[in-house]
Amino acid sequence: MSERAQGCASCCGPLTEAAWTLENTESSTIRTATSTITRADRWDHFLARWGYKRNEHRVEPGLYALGNPTPESPVFVTANYTLSFDALRSVLAGIDGYILVLNTYGINVWCAAGKGTFGTDELVQRVEATGLGEVVNHRRLILPQLGATGVAAHEVKKRTGFKVEYGPVRAADLPEYLKAGEATPEMRRVRFALRDRTVLIPIELVGIFVPLLIATVASLLIVGPLAAAGAVAAAAAGVVLFPLLLPWIPTRDFSSKGLILGGLAALPFALAAFLGRPDTVWWLRAGGALAYLLGLPPVTAFLALNFTGSTTFTSKSGVRREMLTYIPVMAWTFGGGILLIVAVTLLRLLG
Amino acid sequence: MATDAIRADINTLEYNPALCINCGMCIAVCPHGVFAPNGRAVQLVRHEACMECGACQQNCPTGAISVDSGVGCAAAMIYAALTGRKEPTCGPGPEPGDGECCGTGAPCCG
Repeated sequence: MSERAQGCASCCGPLTEAAWTLENTESSTIRTATSTITRADRWDHFLARWGYKRNEHRVEPGLYALGNPTPESPVFVTANYTLSFDALRSVLAGIDGYILVLNTYGINVWCAAGKGTFGTDELVQRVEATGLGEVVNHRRLILPQLGATGVAAHEVKKRTGFKVEYGPVRAADLPEYLKAGEATPEMRRVRFALRDRTVLIPIELVGIFVPLLIATVASLLIVGPLAAAGAVAAAAAGVVLFPLLLPWIPTRDFSSKGLILGGLAALPFALAAFLGRPDTVWWLRAGGALAYLLGLPPVTAFLALNFTGSTTFTSKSGVRREMLTYIPVMAWTFGGGILLIVAVTLLRLLG
Repeated sequence: MATDAIRADINTLEYNPALCINCGMCIAVCPHGVFAPNGRAVQLVRHEACMECGACQQNCPTGAISVDSGVGCAAAMIYAALTGRKEPTCGPGPEPGDGECCGTGAPCCG
């Protein structure tokens, strides 16, 4: 999500799950980390973005020394997702400190915090297991702000003596935060800029590949090449155009935005269906055109609705309300479009 | 940012200023600027921008804030509904079955 974290595969080497559990971690082990992002790291980030072995982009949990830290050096806490860990260590170039990596099962800070794996219990246990209290003299932990969803700062203080300080949302703001000693309101706000939305497109494409392939082949065999192309266009509108254009598509709800975008995507196909067969009777051509206008927009709208999980601002209540409002509409129009195109195709074959 | 224009206008966030000790944690943790300082107690200034992440409730030492937090993800909710699971969550974890939040491979889990 918005925590555009970046990866480490190379520094930690291949690991087995068993080696990461608290029981098997030697308490006094301090590993070393650098701020350098290697080509292997970048390749790991690329694969993570495409969802390749999506849960396996992990760093070994525990304590890491960055540079030449002293007992006075700051302690930064992060998730054991390579993108998170690398985002942190890469911005700390030239800063001596410790990085405490929690076991979030290879999930980024915000999502893991929502689940609770980046949470109070794991933080407290990790502080104890690594013997952090003996490594540093101070009692300060700097956490990414988005980790707050899973961590109760006052609880951590009570149980470990360490005071949790929430740093900025984005790791990139850390050097400025360290200099100023506090986060500006701007650093505290999560964004969802074009870049943040663009990096999500690969995994959206991966997610729809198989169902889209099936839908395309089915459309091709049952109806024809125009319908197959329509299916691809509606899906592309949902997973490529929608993330890119999100803030600029009119209306507030994701589904209505998706219906608008899907309607635009369906328009050329409706026109082609109407104008493409001048030898057919007008009502069959009109029926074909209507089928595209009914069948394609709900596909885009459904994909748009599913994009809510990738954004940085949708709430559970809001999404639930939207689902109740729009999913029946999508189902009926989609069903109507499919029936109509099949009917038109059959009539054309018979007639 | 233009994305501010699209936000949920309904949510479950509730705040009781009478319990506020003005520690400012809610202001620090909120990613959408929902709270702001205002004299002796924090003030709710952008209620409608709340995404129900739950960070403020989690970090309020006096229990002045309550919110029914969860993931604002349609894919996860649909998957939870289809599999009869109660509350959708994201990504792998210590529980068996974790990591199949929505089964769609939605980017939320990465």
